[in-house]
Amino acid sequence: MAHQKPAPRPINRRQFLGETAQMLAASSLIAMGLMGYGKHSHALPATALRPPGALPEEDFLGACIRCGLCVRSCPYNTLKLAQVGDDIATGTPYFIARDVPCEMCEDIPCIPACPTHALNHDLKKIDQAKMGLAQITDQSACIAFLGLRCEVCYNVCPVRGKAITLERQHNARSGKHALFIPVLHFDACTGCGKCEEACILEEAAIKVLPIALAKGKMQAHYKVGWQEKQQAGQALVTPDVEHQFNLPSGKRYDYYGEGLVDTPEEIAPPFANNPLDSLNQKQEP
Amino acid sequence: MANPAKEAGLAAIRSKGWWRAHQWLFLRRFSQLLVLGLFLSGPWFGLWVIKGNLNSSLLLNTVPMTDPYILLQSLFAAMLPASTAFIGVAIVLGFYLVVGGRVYCSWVCPVNIITDAAAWLRRRFNFKGKNFSINRHVRYWLLGLTLILASLSGSLLWELVNPVSMLHRGLLFGLGLGWYVILAVFLFDWLLSKNGWCGHLCPVGAFYSLATVVARVRVSADKRAQCDDCMDCFAVCPEPQVIKSALKGADQGISPVIYAANCTNCGRCIDVCAKDVFAFQWQKFIK
Repeated sequence: MAHQKPAPRPINRRQFLGETAQMLAASSLIAMGLMGYGKHSHALPATALRPPGALPEEDFLGACIRCGLCVRSCPYNTLKLAQVGDDIATGTPYFIARDVPCEMCEDIPCIPACPTHALNHDLKKIDQAKMGLAQITDQSACIAFLGLRCEVCYNVCPVRGKAITLERQHNARSGKHALFIPVLHFDACTGCGKCEEACILEEAAIKVLPIALAKGKMQAHYKVGWQEKQQAGQALVTPDVEHQFNLPSGKRYDYYGEGLVDTPEEIAPPFANNPLDSLNQKQEP
Repeated sequence: MANPAKEAGLAAIRSKGWWRAHQWLFLRRFSQLLVLGLFLSGPWFGLWVIKGNLNSSLLLNTVPMTDPYILLQSLFAAMLPASTAFIGVAIVLGFYLVVGGRVYCSWVCPVNIITDAAAWLRRRFNFKGKNFSINRHVRYWLLGLTLILASLSGSLLWELVNPVSMLHRGLLFGLGLGWYVILAVFLFDWLLSKNGWCGHLCPVGAFYSLATVVARVRVSADKRAQCDDCMDCFAVCPEPQVIKSALKGADQGISPVIYAANCTNCGRCIDVCAKDVFAFQWQKFIK
């Protein structure tokens, strides 16, 4: 006798509709709860930085499958996985710059370890990473602004002299000394956090902030004239033609608010154009 | 004569001896702990056999393994993974297509140890009747819901609360407040609903049940004629609805092989049957 597979349990229309309605109700409740919880966990705390090459947070949360392979591949134990109860989406990798910053390995082992593209596999040079953006967040605490020579952040920076430069300024307080002010440059800063870790203060005055928080953005229409000029090889606007006036004789137009003013009668200059003439001129008695 | 659920398995111990009445349970626990141990030996002893966690891992630094369900969620969130993840999914899915999808649940998943403990306590303290009953289809709705939510939110929302990945990842990387979630699952299964989590709600299991369609390894009630209606198998089975037609369907010409997608191939029915009705069976590819 050929055995059959069991027939599926018969179900009538009333049961089907009832069950469907129940499930839809329950599903929408769960969906509401999860969406609410999800929204809360989408707000990454500003101290938590993603590994190098991490997609923008919104995409990252869809691409990261929370496997922890990046954490395992990190030779410096920089990366951690968020635990339940942290303000970071459960199971996603992060690091806190002040505790353990990114050491910027040249081969970036965390990126090939990632089985998805949550960490962008196209990033090959760690210098091009953008994990965050360092900022002097408190000038009143940074001792460089007091006129002291600290420069620790400048010296620990892995892209030394590019991401942080020291700008010499006059020390107006003493009147005779210089200030060596650390200035951050976004194009070179990778957000590794070495500066924040090394800051000598009790609470760091230089902090690595997430790009989304730290980075400003010009309106799309805004053009920087001199850059455009350099690109085009010439000015993009028609150069101003010098304005011509037909003024009454003895008058001139003052551009700085005086308007029409009398021109004093022209007095012959005491010296001729040719200096020899002046020298040859006879002295008046 | 039906035995009380509390005494399920006693008859088998008497007739077959303790070992044969527990061998599949023992092997299953061994498998679960082995999987966990291979993952833990790295962070605990620096002996790296397998890195990552059940979501995605790397065996001996060469073989990638990726959970198909989490990757599906990521795809629904409109993110395309790297090729490693696809190879990993092919390996994992290939394995479960042969041995049965829900083998994941009973032989690998760490939550199973917790829910099995809850089910055992339920039987011991005779909670029969105090059951908050849930429709077993709920898990499929949850499965669909998790995918839709991934799509709507563009992020893996379910993974924020998924106790399965949470527990395994937590044991390896730190669980934080996740213990409360695991405790909740335990208490829910013990005091509220029989096999509530694994048998009714878990979308991970629901997903893996879909991979059971072509499974080659099945439990078969080959010697169902010997069944003495002791009901021990129904008492211990986490999905007892899968047994009935295979065990009692002889008259309707129904196959003794359990084809139901939600049989987890745990083999506990084989253990507790004093009459040796059940056995694992390899299904030939061509009949």
